[in-house]
Amino acid sequence: MSIDLTQFIPSFLEESFEGLELMESSLLNLEQGDDETINSIFRAAHSIKGGAGTFGFQNVTEFTHLVETLLDEMRDGRRKIAQEDVELLLGSVDCMRLLIEAIRDETECDEDKIAVNAALLEKTLATSNNDITEATSTTPIEETPESTSDTASWQIEFIPDHHLVQTGNDPLLLFNALADLGDITLVANAKELPALNEMDAEELYLSWLLTLKSSASEDEIKEVFEWVEDECLLILTKEEQSEPEITTVDEPEITPADEPEITPADKPSSAQVTEQPDKSETLVTEPEKVISKPQSSASSATEKTTAKAKNDLGSIRVGVDKVDSLINLVGELVITQSMLTELGNDFDLSKIERLNSGLEQLLQNTKELQESVMRIRMLPISFAFNRFPRLVHDLAIKTGKEVELVLNGEQTELDKTVMEQIGDPLVHLVRNAVDHGIESAEVRLANGKPQKGTIMLDAYHQGGSIVIEIKDDGGGINREAVFNKALEKGIVDENTTLSDSQVFDLLFEPGFSTATEVSDISGRGVGMDVVKKNIQSLGGRIQVESEQGKGSTFRVNLPLTLAILDGQLVRVGSETYIIPLITIVESLQPQKELINRVSGDMVLYRLREDNVPVIPIYQLFNIPSEFENIESSLLVVVEAEGQKIGLMVDDLLAQQQVVIKSLNDNYQQVEGVSGATILGDGSVAMILDIAGIINMALTKAQNNQRYKSINQPQVGQLVSEGVNL
Amino acid sequence: MTKVLVVDDSNSIRDMVSFTLKSAGFETVEARDGQDGLNKAHTSTFDLVISDVNMPIMDGITLCQELRKLSNFKFTPILMLTTESSGDMKMRGKAAGATGWLVKPFNPEKLLATIKRVVR
Repeated sequence: MSIDLTQFIPSFLEESFEGLELMESSLLNLEQGDDETINSIFRAAHSIKGGAGTFGFQNVTEFTHLVETLLDEMRDGRRKIAQEDVELLLGSVDCMRLLIEAIRDETECDEDKIAVNAALLEKTLATSNNDITEATSTTPIEETPESTSDTASWQIEFIPDHHLVQTGNDPLLLFNALADLGDITLVANAKELPALNEMDAEELYLSWLLTLKSSASEDEIKEVFEWVEDECLLILTKEEQSEPEITTVDEPEITPADEPEITPADKPSSAQVTEQPDKSETLVTEPEKVISKPQSSASSATEKTTAKAKNDLGSIRVGVDKVDSLINLVGELVITQSMLTELGNDFDLSKIERLNSGLEQLLQNTKELQESVMRIRMLPISFAFNRFPRLVHDLAIKTGKEVELVLNGEQTELDKTVMEQIGDPLVHLVRNAVDHGIESAEVRLANGKPQKGTIMLDAYHQGGSIVIEIKDDGGGINREAVFNKALEKGIVDENTTLSDSQVFDLLFEPGFSTATEVSDISGRGVGMDVVKKNIQSLGGRIQVESEQGKGSTFRVNLPLTLAILDGQLVRVGSETYIIPLITIVESLQPQKELINRVSGDMVLYRLREDNVPVIPIYQLFNIPSEFENIESSLLVVVEAEGQKIGLMVDDLLAQQQVVIKSLNDNYQQVEGVSGATILGDGSVAMILDIAGIINMALTKAQNNQRYKSINQPQVGQLVSEGVNL
Repeated sequence: MTKVLVVDDSNSIRDMVSFTLKSAGFETVEARDGQDGLNKAHTSTFDLVISDVNMPIMDGITLCQELRKLSNFKFTPILMLTTESSGDMKMRGKAAGATGWLVKPFNPEKLLATIKRVVR
């Protein structure tokens, strides 16, 4: 029977990455004498090695074996936990990750880096102990015992201990295994069998004399008895030979794995080591030989994997409790359904109350089912957070600063897709916090702050969204510097007065950087504008708070999921539109005295200290509406990218969760519309893209000002009936 | 049907072993660690136990010792999956009452061939 092992590779990759994460975070917290932590690191490495060996990734096995050996020495106290060893292990974890990512992506990884790291590991292992030969030679080796083609006749005397069957071994099965090697005849000896009344049913009193005609080697025959070798007396005689060999427990050479050098088909890697008289010296003085080894094996293993299917299927691991709750809910749904069916069989008005309660129940079931299904996609944010301890650790070393990272709310759950996409922006923000936020120890002390800076990552739920805060107690953002830079770039003019938050928002302008020089860590690659764009593409927003000398807080607000949106349904004429609830500041009945008409057709509404431009939706989409004057309409004030506008609508309808359907996939991109949904009555409603509408409105206002044009350009007519979803 | 308890903390290895056994017509029950395995052993009987050695919560050696204390596991074959080919680990396994061992890495064919030596 042949079983396709490739089907288990995605799960191997997944658990390997988990193992690596565990190794990394545990290494960062490793302290002297912390047995449990070092054990769990060892176990993770051990599992990766075992899996890699089983699924044929020899390069991972070989590299991980070195890591495991070093960890093993730390584990059993042969080696003290030194910081440089921890750094070496952290580097090795990176290498393992490279190797495993190469398997996943079916690419080649940076073999030089792996080889250098492997050489370092071997050097470290060689410097402090004598077990290097043992360590290198125990690399799993496929056994190919010497086989002779000549058929020989073997006499095997097998005298088991009385308790042999109590370890689950069965002589009959041993004989079956022998029979696979050749023809056997056997004679049982019942001499020791006691009288029935003295016999213990759990003991074995028989012994056997077997004759085997086989071409099998001695090792192959002994392997059959491998598991019982210390519970029996085994006398093996080859007919041609007169001298019997008595096998006892203390002869380790009967296990072929202990003697790789006698195996003819030995692997070149271990032969390379064993042929040298002084192994440890070889490893240190001839690094090029050692380096060549993982390189060749790495490339051969990569060749092996190229034929394999794409491994990253985007799987998700779901807790059994979540699945159970789903099954439970589906069960309830089925009950409700059968109740309603029964009700419909012979319906009359007297049953209307039961129908109502049935529908009520259906509503409840559906809601719970929806929540449960959504929970499946939810992962604790620790998946995104757990890369930061290492990142901050490395950055702190690089910048020479002292930084402590505090993580809070790691169990806060977030949609997997959102999680995957928020990773990079968060890394950018954390890097900035270390690089630009936290001051050097001297500056901190001079300012009366603790020497060690603190960066706090916090996640919590707020309403229907999740908030992630990146807070540092560093120098804060220099308001003047930001403003001057903006002046220089021509983003603002001298006379503009801006609030603090408006000034800080300038940081997200494209091409904006206040760093005097681009450092190695941040200030290159993606800018803050990209961070903001990424967050906005997830339907989220970012805010900055900062106090000079005290520190800064970047607050990222994200929707819990991308598949479902909390929406406010509004009516314009006969059309229903959906405004994402997260964008709504407030909805109000406009008061006449607060309405200002300015140049062109622009209408501003005075909302406390702000003047909010009013955008009539009927004009935007060129559709008929019930009310054309602002006084009789309703105003929904929405905010995106720090800009508020008032959307003029005829009526506010319900607030509800809607499932987002992409317009791009089903129709085409439409300006001012981010998607569509199907409402309860089967009609299609457009979901408004608030940021897009604000941009449209601003562009239009600018055009109006520039050309003093009274005729307003309007976007093409969009009526939802025409869209086929 | 021959019923096998498969104990391993690694999902991929556990899946592989379990899948191989099912393909060969065995019934399998899976456990994530020694304690999980022991709990399952308390509620059911098995014809064979295949267990990893290195596991969190309870390792395979302890599991083996605990199983041998149960009356219905006295003669049940217990195979240890071990990455160490050293005699030490095998001795420890034997001392704990293991029937035999299978050295990782192994392939499905090797696994089935090994099982043939302990299950009729």
